[in-house]
Amino acid sequence: MRTFKSLLFIFIFSFFSYNGTAAERTHELLNPEWSFKGFFGKFDRASPQRGYQVYTEVCAACHSMKYLSYRNLSEPGGPEFTKEQAKIIASQFEVTDGPNSDGEMFTRAARLSDNFVGPYENMQAATAANGGAYPPDMSVLVKARKGGADYIYSLLLGYEEPPEGIVLDDGVYYNKYMAGNKIKMSNPLSDGIVEYLDGTPATEDQMAKDVTSFLAWAAEPHLEARHKIGFRALIYLFIMTILVYFSMKKLWSRIESKI
Amino acid sequence: MSDHNYTPKSKFGKWFNDRLPLLSLANHLTDYPTPKNLNYWWTFGGILTFCLITQIITGLILAMHYIAHADLAFESVEHIMRNVNYGWLIRYVHANGASMFFLAVYIHIFRSLYYGSYKAPREIIWILGMIIYVLMMAAAFMGYVLPWGQMSFWGATVITNLFSAIPLVGESIVTWLWGGYSVDNPTLTRFFSLHYLIPFLILGLVVLHIWALHVPGNNNPIGIDLKKPSNDTVPFHPYIVVKDLFALLLFLIVFAFFVFYSPNILGHADNYIEANPMVTPAHIVPEWYLLPFYAILRSVPDKLLGVVAMFAAIFVLVILPWLDTSKVRSAIFRPLYKQFYWFLVADVLILGYVGAMPAEGLYLLVARVATAYYFLHFLVILPVLGLKEKTLEVPLSLTEPVLGGSPNEAMARSKKEF
Amino acid sequence: MSEEKKNNRRDFIFTASYALGAVGVGAAVWPLVDQMNPDASVKALASTEVDISALEVGQSITVLWRGKPVFIRRRTNEEITKAKNVKLEDLPHPETDEDRTKNNPEWLVMLGVCTHLGCVPLGDKGEYGGWFCPCHGSHYDTSGRIRKGPAPTNMEIPKYEFVDSNTIKIG
Repeated sequence: MRTFKSLLFIFIFSFFSYNGTAAERTHELLNPEWSFKGFFGKFDRASPQRGYQVYTEVCAACHSMKYLSYRNLSEPGGPEFTKEQAKIIASQFEVTDGPNSDGEMFTRAARLSDNFVGPYENMQAATAANGGAYPPDMSVLVKARKGGADYIYSLLLGYEEPPEGIVLDDGVYYNKYMAGNKIKMSNPLSDGIVEYLDGTPATEDQMAKDVTSFLAWAAEPHLEARHKIGFRALIYLFIMTILVYFSMKKLWSRIESKI
Repeated sequence: MSDHNYTPKSKFGKWFNDRLPLLSLANHLTDYPTPKNLNYWWTFGGILTFCLITQIITGLILAMHYIAHADLAFESVEHIMRNVNYGWLIRYVHANGASMFFLAVYIHIFRSLYYGSYKAPREIIWILGMIIYVLMMAAAFMGYVLPWGQMSFWGATVITNLFSAIPLVGESIVTWLWGGYSVDNPTLTRFFSLHYLIPFLILGLVVLHIWALHVPGNNNPIGIDLKKPSNDTVPFHPYIVVKDLFALLLFLIVFAFFVFYSPNILGHADNYIEANPMVTPAHIVPEWYLLPFYAILRSVPDKLLGVVAMFAAIFVLVILPWLDTSKVRSAIFRPLYKQFYWFLVADVLILGYVGAMPAEGLYLLVARVATAYYFLHFLVILPVLGLKEKTLEVPLSLTEPVLGGSPNEAMARSKKEF
Repeated sequence: MSEEKKNNRRDFIFTASYALGAVGVGAAVWPLVDQMNPDASVKALASTEVDISALEVGQSITVLWRGKPVFIRRRTNEEITKAKNVKLEDLPHPETDEDRTKNNPEWLVMLGVCTHLGCVPLGDKGEYGGWFCPCHGSHYDTSGRIRKGPAPTNMEIPKYEFVDSNTIKIG
């Protein structure tokens, strides 16, 4: 039926436009090939590992990741550091524990079971230290932004000189992918700001890609398991559907022959 | 019912059945004579039952790990997603399950509209269905508040503020709903409690819905009353069961695709930001299944009248069996109604679309026209159409020929439609 | 195709549907069951370190490990001798004191949970100078071994090690 088809078209159209409602951005997001997209998408281990390095050396100065713990770093489906590496990483941070038997709090080196240590005590301290703009927690940041990984990646590479006529206050920067184009974070990346342990040249683009894939994993630590189980589930459902279809045909053949 | 004189074969079965006639009930359900010409649009009843049970089971499990407290709710959801064994799977099934539930219920409702299933003698089934639908919206709305993200918080703020439109007592009612002077921890805990309760109310109503259905039996695409049991019917088991199962599996493929490959596409990114009473997100939009009503609400420039219009949009559905004056049920035999039916479908889709758009300029104008047409359809077109429309010849049974046309032609037509 | 062959094929389809359906239901139920097992954050808390520098001879402390109390006792010579002099055949659950203390007899580290039904026994009580469970009257000796009462086995020794002379790591 033609009307029905055109309606379906409207529906699909509305569906997609609906997902783009907040698209006040004037620029199309950059869209690199992410290894973790698609039916069999997986993280390319080395990339989130490097991304973790970018996070600790650059982002962690302002951004917390309070829902991650150090043990996550060695869990399957992510950067997959070895357990020993993760222990060493954890031991570089200090956490407050206690009270001990004297009733006093004490500090100790972090363990695998501890959550990531953040740069600030609380949201207010973070806001005050950053000129009134709260640096958001990065644990689920990729899921908390429209455009997800593409958006984070684009934003990191979206710093530009402001076009003529736009006056920026002190501590405000121009970013072509930010909603409203004004951002209070200065360009965090520059070539060579990090020296990669694995020798990969630390270009701006490389770092943006690596840290984004690290953040994508952090936001969705079970992504690989989800893809794997999902593929099996779909295969199962297809086979089951076919079997039930033939069972149905068989059963109904008794009825339909009588009509 | 056809099973008055059912007696179990075994002695124990008979002893038990005389005391609690569960076996009679099972026998009634399996033998229940169902029209054999039901098409796949009729499989959504079974699919909806599946959805409800899935939501209840996954919900029970989430409640084992979720903490209903303003300071801990968001964190506990992240705990479910990260640490609980298969927590991510269970939460994604529950969250997308709500959308799938509404998708199925909308198809179910529009099927009823097309084939006139709401008409006598099935008005009570329809009204029970509408109560279920309203409860579903309440449950979905409160469930959306529980993760305590930005959309949760601001959605709760906006929707509860609807009640402030009530003259004189509005403000007091809103304060009462909140348990404070803003949406806060008391609001969250009561929403959790009610969110837990409502599905069981729905379950009870579903039992009544099916009970009421089994009195006159199913409507069917031709919309005529069938002799039951007869050559026109088949026993529910195995014929309808296997067909429902097949449709359910197809539905599950779509469901699985959402859960495993785009679990967040139907939600809002803002809800992964913890609730912050100091910052409102740039766009407050309800979940997709509430958008048409949201569009109706916003299309009226007056606060009170907007709320009234929104509730009226649901209320006209409740009284639909008395607004549609036509004696012919199925749209197959109502050429004009069929046209208007598709206009209504388009109208609701348009309402949904503009509901997601900013309430300004052209969108607002379209929303107003679509809202007006929505009420026009139910309050004017349907009553008039029933009196004026020249309907086609309706066959007397699925198998017996009638004057002026063969029933097979009608059936062939009905098959071609979908 | 003969009737019989047709029937066979039909039976095969039905049987296959039922079998595969059962597999699917099983696979779908497993996550619903497994979610009640200890989650990743609970499993990660498997070990705890205890500072024992302040403990004098004859004193004991109780620390929480995996949500259960662990008794750490610095035993007196008298207690040690008493524990060592018990004949194995007198014990319902024969274990030597050496085995239980890992050849470091001054320190007894054990799970403070009665093996009967999970209550926490009281220290310096009971007929054998060790522990006594108030719930159902089990008596433990100075090595935490069951001597009398309904408990079937000795109190459990968790996995532990001395990190240094002042610190015990349990788990």
